[in-house]
Amino acid sequence: MKLQFSPQDEAFRSEIAGWLADNLVGEFAQLKFRGGPGDEHMFPEERKRWERKLAEGGWTCVGWPQEYGGRGLPIEQQVIFFEEYARAGAPGRMGHIGEGLTGPTLIAFGSEEQKKKYLPGVLAGTEFWCQGYSEPSAGSDLANVKTKARFDEASGKWIVNGQKVWTSLAHESEYCFVIARTDPDSKAHKGLGFFLIKMDQPGVTVRPIEQITGTSEFNEVFFDDAECDASDIVGLPGEGWKVAMGLLGYERGVSTLGQQMAFQNEFNEVVALAKENGAAQDPVIRQRLADAHIGLKIMRYNSMRMLSGNSGDGSLQKEALIYKLYWATWHRDLGELAMDILGAEADILLDAPYELNRLQSLFLFTRSDTIYGGTNQIQRNIIAERGLGMPKELRPPQN
Amino acid sequence: MEFAFTQEQEMIRDTAAAFLKDASTSAAIRAAMESDLGYSPELWQRICAEMYWQALHIPEEYGGMGLGYVELVAVLEQMGRYLLCSPYLATVGMATNALLIAASDSQKAAILPQLIEGKTATVAFNGGRSVWDASAVTATYRRESNEFTLNGDYRYVLDGHSADYLILAAREEGSRGDEGLSLFVCAGDSAGIQRSRLATMDQSRRQATIQLKDLRLPESSVMGELGTGAKPLAKILDLATIALAAEQAGGMQQILDITVDYTKSRSQFGRTIAGFQAIKHKAADMMLRNEVARSAVYYAACVADDALCAGPLASELAEAASIAKSYCSEGYFKNTGEALQMHGGVGFTWEYDVHLYFKRAKASEHFLGSSSYHRERVAVMLLDTAC
Ligand SMILES: Cc1cc2nc3c(=O)[nH]c(=O)nc-3n(C[C@H](O)[C@H](O)[C@H](O)COP(=O)(O)OP(=O)(O)OC[C@H]3O[C@@H](n4cnc5c(N)ncnc54)[C@H](O)[C@@H]3O)c2cc1C
Repeated sequence: MKLQFSPQDEAFRSEIAGWLADNLVGEFAQLKFRGGPGDEHMFPEERKRWERKLAEGGWTCVGWPQEYGGRGLPIEQQVIFFEEYARAGAPGRMGHIGEGLTGPTLIAFGSEEQKKKYLPGVLAGTEFWCQGYSEPSAGSDLANVKTKARFDEASGKWIVNGQKVWTSLAHESEYCFVIARTDPDSKAHKGLGFFLIKMDQPGVTVRPIEQITGTSEFNEVFFDDAECDASDIVGLPGEGWKVAMGLLGYERGVSTLGQQMAFQNEFNEVVALAKENGAAQDPVIRQRLADAHIGLKIMRYNSMRMLSGNSGDGSLQKEALIYKLYWATWHRDLGELAMDILGAEADILLDAPYELNRLQSLFLFTRSDTIYGGTNQIQRNIIAERGLGMPKELRPPQN
Repeated sequence: MEFAFTQEQEMIRDTAAAFLKDASTSAAIRAAMESDLGYSPELWQRICAEMYWQALHIPEEYGGMGLGYVELVAVLEQMGRYLLCSPYLATVGMATNALLIAASDSQKAAILPQLIEGKTATVAFNGGRSVWDASAVTATYRRESNEFTLNGDYRYVLDGHSADYLILAAREEGSRGDEGLSLFVCAGDSAGIQRSRLATMDQSRRQATIQLKDLRLPESSVMGELGTGAKPLAKILDLATIALAAEQAGGMQQILDITVDYTKSRSQFGRTIAGFQAIKHKAADMMLRNEVARSAVYYAACVADDALCAGPLASELAEAASIAKSYCSEGYFKNTGEALQMHGGVGFTWEYDVHLYFKRAKASEHFLGSSSYHRERVAVMLLDTAC
């Protein structure tokens, strides 16, 4: 058991840190520490340019296999990449859904044609993706999707009808992956398909939803006879659930790795504030700050432990089941702590009508961490069922 | 980076688990609890002769196995899991570390081989306050030519009534804080030492009071340079803290396993209670705390390894110890409390083992510093620096 990185890994660390220092300048300097969750609405165009810059440097999709244009980096170096990226304050990635979710899914389940058609745009930082899973009646109960896809023999296309909701960055995306029912009489996780849909077409309408923060990062997406090619279904009709679940594995795995360092930046800000305004003298605040520091430190060792001895295919060990519940709760608590350190000042905005400062935005936005990607309750079900072998939730009879 | 046990370390852990599952049964624990000594001397001899765990991290030159703290933690975790009643934490997790850190070569050569043979030892330092550093030391020494006279009281001394050797922290008369502190080593039955067992709520571990009344010790019993004992004492306590946290993490695993098994076997309202979400969610939180505790302990073990051999992470020892202890103390107690609740009425009985873990959790929470004590230590490092 060892914690140290190898000399090659450390050399890689200097390489990426050096590249970021050289390139996060000029027009990109203003993007530092911008564009994370809660700030996704900021600088979308500039951040898309930054994605292209990253791609030129060969810094997109670093974990993808080389045959698909990635760097095929070992887990350690992926950790280092994400850590250094966050440490440098490089902007929130517009490409994270394509890189972290679409790519690995297509590499695992997609056809050669799909890989050729879709992977290069993700690699080059020119095509952006969003995730069309949730619907008004399918949130935690994801298998309850109602959106339908019908194959039209005449045109040789899939015709999609239905509504998605909470679709993050849909308004900035070229494509959306969508789970929809290919068998209209099917129920639950049977009879679904996994589709790759172009957003810029007459049958797709995106309507922003105003969030708790007063800004809009997620949307409603309506499909009214939206079309995609026969070849734009991943896997077979009816196999969509398998593909969708494989993808959630990635969402819970490597793609959340860089978090601790971004959290560290936020935590440093909270500590600095407490020192500055004297809250650091308050014994209760001291305890909470120390606890947050402890929690963050352990988060790093949690993820290192989970990734050690791992096959490198994105599948994690049983311990990893706890990860989402752990970090989401930690992050939410940090938001509350920030407000309590601000005290009465916590209520005062930067400006009217509703311009939040960074910590207010942190406080409000972190409430979503315990909701999206599987709520805390759903995470606990997963841990109990898969981690501890306790009985599954009762479900209504299927079909 | 390979933050997982090596195959050899896994083997050590699995062997420990298998041995203790057999040896430290509920009946064995209860028999030990009722004895004055607090452990079975036969089992201790088996551990020393067959398993050789007492020698795990003692360097080969003194007859030890020369392994590291990660291996030690792997074994301690299993001891905590099976609630082993033994003088291991006192002898290995405290006294052996004290000797490795502070003793002269001749002291090491004289005592370590005896510990390897199965003799026991402990460290006495706390005069009875809820602080766990040099400021807890109230016993004093006075120098008279080549001799020292020690006076004062100690409380919370692990296995203090039975240990063959004692390592005593005392301060020069009139000194304060980190000043004037020295460590002495002597036989437990030396004239001038009165020891008595304390009755404890957690009966699986013995604590004692020790009174020194004009204890006379020769120059050769001083460990290290006179008056500079505060630093080594801090390191000894940090290492002991990590050892205790490892035990706590092991206890957390066992109480989770016991509880999940119980909920799968108990039916109410026509189904096993393990199917109720209120129960599942408690169990999930227990598993989370469990895994997190383990990450904290393994990290601290790597740091402890470095601290013992001046590796790159050595300077993180105090922080790592506090991180591990503050997390494990709270986590272990929470988990045993939830376990008691999930067992319902039987959880409240003497017959079921839940209370053994519940009491061990509370006792180890406070020994060597509670969660809030260690959080404040972290807070000082985090907040009371310039800038
Ligand atoms: C900021 C943000 C961004 C998002 N981005 C996307 C996106 O890009 N794409 C996308 O597809 N979705 C996205 N989502 C949607 C997200 O995945 C869902 O909100 C989430 O899965 C919860 O579903 P729901 O909102 O319908 O809540 P519900 O499922 O209605 O849950 C309501 C409450 O009931 C509880 N509950 C539900 N079922 C159970 C159960 N079985 N046991 C115990 N408690 C239960 C939940 O824990 C919760 O407390 C996003 C959400 C947010 C907040």
